[in-house]
Amino acid sequence: MTLTTETLLLSVAMASAAGLMGAFAVMRRMALASDALSHVALPGIGVALALRVHPALGAMAALGLGAILIWSLEHRTRMPTETIIGVVFSAALAAGSMMASGDELLDVLLGSPVALGLLETAGGIVAAACIIAFVITHKERLVVSLVSADLARTSGIPVEPLELAFLLAFALTVGLGLRYLGVLLMGSLIIIPAASAKYIARSLDGMLRISVALAIGSTLLGEVLASRLHRPSGPLIIAVAASLFFASLLLRPRR
Amino acid sequence: MAAATANALEVEHLDVRFGEKQILTDLSFYVPSGSALAIIGPNGAGKTVLFKALIGALPYRGSIRWGPFSRLGYVPQKLDIERDLPLTGMELLRAKASIARTPRTDIERVLSLLGLPLSTAHDPIGTLSGGQFQRLLLAFALLARPTVLLFDEPTAGVDRAGEGLLYETIHRLQLEQKLTLLLISHELSVVYRHASAVLCLGREHPFFGPPDEILTPDVMAQAYGAPIGFHRHDAHD
Repeated sequence: MTLTTETLLLSVAMASAAGLMGAFAVMRRMALASDALSHVALPGIGVALALRVHPALGAMAALGLGAILIWSLEHRTRMPTETIIGVVFSAALAAGSMMASGDELLDVLLGSPVALGLLETAGGIVAAACIIAFVITHKERLVVSLVSADLARTSGIPVEPLELAFLLAFALTVGLGLRYLGVLLMGSLIIIPAASAKYIARSLDGMLRISVALAIGSTLLGEVLASRLHRPSGPLIIAVAASLFFASLLLRPRR
Repeated sequence: MAAATANALEVEHLDVRFGEKQILTDLSFYVPSGSALAIIGPNGAGKTVLFKALIGALPYRGSIRWGPFSRLGYVPQKLDIERDLPLTGMELLRAKASIARTPRTDIERVLSLLGLPLSTAHDPIGTLSGGQFQRLLLAFALLARPTVLLFDEPTAGVDRAGEGLLYETIHRLQLEQKLTLLLISHELSVVYRHASAVLCLGREHPFFGPPDEILTPDVMAQAYGAPIGFHRHDAHD
């Protein structure tokens, strides 16, 4: 993908959204969930291809439905989110692989080096802005509910609707990377910078700042390397993020 | 009804079950405004379950009526916090202040009320000691100026020295701020000293009444299924 102003804007917006959502996902111990949730997009893409509509629409619909399914199962069974996501993810992967061909699956999982249209780029930036706005306006509520749902409840926070909103925002973040990084690599961009930030930071604001900075840094550096080496950008972005994670292990301040 | 307005909480015919297992059966009690109700009983009697039903975290049958304009403050028994969670006590308190629309200056008032130094509040919550964390949770609960405080095992994870101090603080707060207090406790001598009424969730059925009537060897033996001793001599001194 060539580096244009639109691409750079989209990259920064997407990485910021991933960094912010990732910070809360990691603190809520949902690290595996993002990879798992990303696979929920597959059957949606399969259905979209069969119906000859834009695959992104099918993927987003499946991700949204997946988030709602996970949320409602969690409330009915009171099982941990990760267990339920694990089950839904395996089922979705099975359904997706029955509906789509091997090449299509690879493109969805790892991204395909296609140029994005203006509409797709603008849509991506708007969606990223919505996610960023959600996290910033709900930061306090998310913090209290991740510490304890009971404390949140007695503080007047509608816990269940907030959890659904978080899962939907999370699904939207995964979906953002669909046409660009691939859902699998987008899951990594959500989790890896946040995991590094959690390891280094000693406060929530510090973690959010570091997570966003690492996500943006990994994305931009990965893109520059990709254009120099003429390789797809997705894997290079994640390789940079992973390298920064290992570097962060050396940077941890004395506690 | 005049009596209804004087009660901070009225519970009638409360049933709570987990699947097939009945935890609370036909439980009725009331808590007058500004009084202190101690909830005691053997392990597994459903004390924490009762609190969870009262705050709306568990489904139940029967009726739970809070007095008008009640604001609940809840201090849970323990929280499963990762030690390396990068969240400071101050950030948690600021989040509460923002949600409750309380001025941030109130945070310092509550911290000094509880004797929690500012420097401690700026530490990540996972690094606080048991006593410091309890005080932080109490500060969190007090920030929204609650009218009712639900406190689950205030001294779990707190050493002996901190224990007395914590009970004194709670008692002082209750008197100063005219709080209604619901307190789950294993410390029967403290219950006898500070509570206006006792709800004992026994093995067979609950007992509810003034401490004098409930904290008797007979009732205790029935509720716990074994004789329970406690230091009644230091009561009401």
